[in-house]
Amino acid sequence: MNLNTALKNQHRIYKVAALPIAAVLAFVLQTPGGLTWLQAGLLGFGLAALGELISLPAWYSCRIAPIQKTWIWRLLGTHVLAAQILSLLWLGAGKLLAHALSFVPALQGIEARFAEKTAIVYGAGCVFYLLAVSFHYVSLAQEATHELEARAMQTSIQARDAELKALKAQINPHFLFNSLNSISALTSIDPARARDMCVLLGDFLRLTLGLGEKTSVRLSEELDLLQKYMAIEKVRFGARLKMHEEIQEESKVCLLPPLLLQPLVENAVKHGIAGLPEGGDVRLAVQRQNGRLSILVENSWDPEAPPRRSGGLGLKNVQMRLEARYGKDASIRVNTEGELYQVSLSLPAESEEQA
Amino acid sequence: MSPSQNKRWKALIVDDEELARHVIREFLQSHAEIEIAAECANGMEAVKTVAEHKPNLIFLDVQMPKLTGFDVLELIGTDVPVIFVTAYDQYAMRAFEVHAVDYLLKPIGRERFDAAVERAKNRLGEKMPSAHELSAAARPPQQFLERLVVKDGTKVTLIPVIKLDYAEAQDDYVALASQGKKHLKQQTIAGLEAGLNPDSFVRIHRSYIVNLERVARIEPYGKDSRLAILSDGTRLPVSRAGYARLKALLDERK
Repeated sequence: MNLNTALKNQHRIYKVAALPIAAVLAFVLQTPGGLTWLQAGLLGFGLAALGELISLPAWYSCRIAPIQKTWIWRLLGTHVLAAQILSLLWLGAGKLLAHALSFVPALQGIEARFAEKTAIVYGAGCVFYLLAVSFHYVSLAQEATHELEARAMQTSIQARDAELKALKAQINPHFLFNSLNSISALTSIDPARARDMCVLLGDFLRLTLGLGEKTSVRLSEELDLLQKYMAIEKVRFGARLKMHEEIQEESKVCLLPPLLLQPLVENAVKHGIAGLPEGGDVRLAVQRQNGRLSILVENSWDPEAPPRRSGGLGLKNVQMRLEARYGKDASIRVNTEGELYQVSLSLPAESEEQA
Repeated sequence: MSPSQNKRWKALIVDDEELARHVIREFLQSHAEIEIAAECANGMEAVKTVAEHKPNLIFLDVQMPKLTGFDVLELIGTDVPVIFVTAYDQYAMRAFEVHAVDYLLKPIGRERFDAAVERAKNRLGEKMPSAHELSAAARPPQQFLERLVVKDGTKVTLIPVIKLDYAEAQDDYVALASQGKKHLKQQTIAGLEAGLNPDSFVRIHRSYIVNLERVARIEPYGKDSRLAILSDGTRLPVSRAGYARLKALLDERK
């Protein structure tokens, strides 16, 4: 909290507290048989209004001597001394006020009667000072707790951001090494195709890095990346890999987290097509309807295929990212129907026009 | 003709990717003594081709459809030197290192290839480490077998472990009972037990492992032992130690 707003807050709080303080002071001053109710009331209000003389400095002394970090004797010394000085000042101000009021005919004798109450007023000043100190310490402690909470929250948000970033930036090493091996084979069979493949791989890596930086991308951008990816995998798998896209035109402007579909399509190839000696189809269908974006990634697979390492990791990542971004507003469903493996996503259709 | 011109070596290349096979084929051109007996695009084919051609050197990809490289090794035995090929599999790589098995990483480099071939040639006659040990070492921690590979004559059968009812030790073999049939597999029962998820399979007897899902009830039998009655009526002996293990697992499930 900055100093100015802190001071303003103190002032505001004191304004609320001033009324009961005035009442208490007036009550103390009029008994027993000292000042009249009118005199006591006027002086009480005056002193209460001047009470900020005590309350504000108390706030400073609390800041200077933080309760957890100051020796108890020093703490006591500081506040006892401050209480004396401030009460004296306050009492002096009260005397001046009484002197000024004594010129009003109706209030004659106020000065002398107030002088009789010196000790009580002085004591009250000390008590107010100590009340103000405890009040300030409590509010300082609360402030510190809020700050700690805010910092903890900040840290956890940053941690999740980092986690999400790491999830996005994953490039499957298996894919990379296999692609390099394909290029190595092509250099002697068909150098021109080897070069094409280098360019494709370069484009794919660049797009992955570029999209990973963003928080949202248009579906069309993600599709570009997927096409590069599939082109590379087609070189590797040859005729075994067939891709079908059914993308509704209106859906292409929709925004979604970057690299959300890539791991799904990669899974379809890695866990689906790679496990079939004769290969199979990967189908990607996207539809925008009634404010929702429905995405289906479907592939043929061999339910008896040897288990692959890191199974389910990509899917889990996608699920976590959807949850972090949309909460309960998005869903992911996996459906296996015989030789078909389907992953369907449903998320709110957001586009730049709305945003 | 110099002796090195003799095609004394018959090699088999097993990889599901044509381009990957091509690299090996090309590198082998400079090894005049090696003849490529055949190429296979998957493990099933490989098992058949090994029986047909009797190669004495095999290049074997780890990740393939239907059967992995480890499955293939399990089915063809340990007499032929195998050079494994993989793109990236840290656990498999560690297993190869531990068992001193030659392997190549994709993209394959010429020098490393030549060195591996030379070593393999010198190893002729040596046995490969057991495929069970190798694949057990290559399995990531906390991951268990999901299916068992069995060869009946020339026919290869895959048994998903959830369809395994029980296994019975028979000398050097285990008999795997699944869906009313029994399949013989050359493996020790302890070796099999080590690969199965201990939450689902329990060794109830020196000679028996049972699928917990299949146990219908347990009956006392004789003085110190019991019988496990499976849902299909099969009766299996349960030893005292086996009963303790079985009971602990069943209690956990409640």
